[in-house]
Amino acid sequence: MLIKRPADIQPSEITPEGVYFNRRQFMLGSAGLLLSGETLAALAGKKSPLSVSDKPNSLKEISTYNNYYEFGTDKSEPAMYAGSLKTRPWNVVVDGEVGRPRSFGIEELLKQPLEERIYRLRCVEGWSMVIPWIGFPLASLLKQVAPNSRAKYVAFETLQRPAEMPGQRSRVLDWPYREGLRMDEAMHPLTLLAVGLYNDVLPNQNGAPIRLVVPWKYGFKSIKSIVRIHLQEQMPATSWNMANAHEYGFYSNVNPEVDHPRWSQASERRIGEFLKRKTLMFNGYGDQVASLYRGMDLRKNF
Amino acid sequence: MTTLRMKNPAAARQPARFNWLKIAVFVLCLLPLARAAWTVLSGAAVNPVEFITRSTGTWTLSFLLITLTISPLRQISGWGWPLRLRRMLGLYAFFYGSLHLSTYVWLDQFFDWPGMLHDIVKRPFITVGFAAMLLMTPLAITSTQGWMRRLKRRWGQLHRLVYPIALLGVLHYWWLVKKDLTQPMLYASVLAVLLGWRVYRRLRRSS
Repeated sequence: MLIKRPADIQPSEITPEGVYFNRRQFMLGSAGLLLSGETLAALAGKKSPLSVSDKPNSLKEISTYNNYYEFGTDKSEPAMYAGSLKTRPWNVVVDGEVGRPRSFGIEELLKQPLEERIYRLRCVEGWSMVIPWIGFPLASLLKQVAPNSRAKYVAFETLQRPAEMPGQRSRVLDWPYREGLRMDEAMHPLTLLAVGLYNDVLPNQNGAPIRLVVPWKYGFKSIKSIVRIHLQEQMPATSWNMANAHEYGFYSNVNPEVDHPRWSQASERRIGEFLKRKTLMFNGYGDQVASLYRGMDLRKNF
Repeated sequence: MTTLRMKNPAAARQPARFNWLKIAVFVLCLLPLARAAWTVLSGAAVNPVEFITRSTGTWTLSFLLITLTISPLRQISGWGWPLRLRRMLGLYAFFYGSLHLSTYVWLDQFFDWPGMLHDIVKRPFITVGFAAMLLMTPLAITSTQGWMRRLKRRWGQLHRLVYPIALLGVLHYWWLVKKDLTQPMLYASVLAVLLGWRVYRRLRRSS
């Protein structure tokens, strides 16, 4: 598999974006998670060369405008109802076509070397944000379970616990929420498991305690509150594809040339901006990921 | 039905004692706009354009349905006063519809005429929404006493367009929703009851 690495010069080192990051970094030291008793404390991550230099959206925007149907279909509902979700204890089972299947406790996952990755996020509905995630590459987790040669795809599942996730009491989607990636997409250095944002643990409505982030795909591919990662030979079923295959494909790469039947994907509204901006192919990550899809018809494999 | 409509011009000439009601309803109907303006100006809406689009859209539908409630309400209760509010409520549906369309043209598409034309042709939910707005325009124009007098019987016939307009409006909402149809279903159910009542009355009369 060929992965195109980005330039060695770190753009985040050239562009001093966000003085506040430095300040917080200084205050927190380079410590990972600081646990004081039962309360969850701040998270810090090393700056990553894979961050974009766009100005991040505010924490308020990021944490009050969410699509997380487990807590309601209105974008304001996750922030209202996600508080009931218990994120401790939490385990992520990683199994399937692997040499060393196992379960990871969240405490262990939080001890992975964490990075801050400022990524663009493009929703299939035509809006976008810039989010400073804290996390680690999915690849580093997968390497720990030794995938075998039959591992062609990775299937993900969200927690199913209707008592704490009121949206799951209605059948608006077929629970639990499912997503999937091809193995090379999963192993790509941009593909992140996020455990925090803005130097703190993830708010529940953003997918606490651990979620996927695949910045060149529409937001719904980035599954939240993961409890299971299953490596398999067959392409996995995914929630939105099961709900409406005509509108939501397996790949769902950001593509301004392939319209959603109800929305043009040519442009997007960055939250906080008045005018729309043009949508970039692969959400602007084409240099890094276009090679993954060489030879594929992206109109068919949308 | 027809006899009721023929009485419209007379009914619209209100006695002074009903003015307070009209003024109160007029102000009440502006509250959704005031609330939307407050939400946007206070910065409470993370995506203000989407918020304005949705609230003006749902209020257009609500006013259409409220307008369609007037006749059944009058027929069931025997009250005459609701009829005096019908024109204003219908015009409010047009008013919120115009705000909805302007939001799309200005804030959402930013006067991208080819883009909008493409939308109208290609996306069924936009096609029907646009059609509903087009059909509402002549009703708003001919809502005056003068037009009622000039069109006579045909005024009533023309204003029966409100039925397809409401159907297109609900369809517009139904088709744009990504997955959760609760809200459009609510509007569709109310519309079904309101139209069902009319069909029921017509059948009962003709039998």
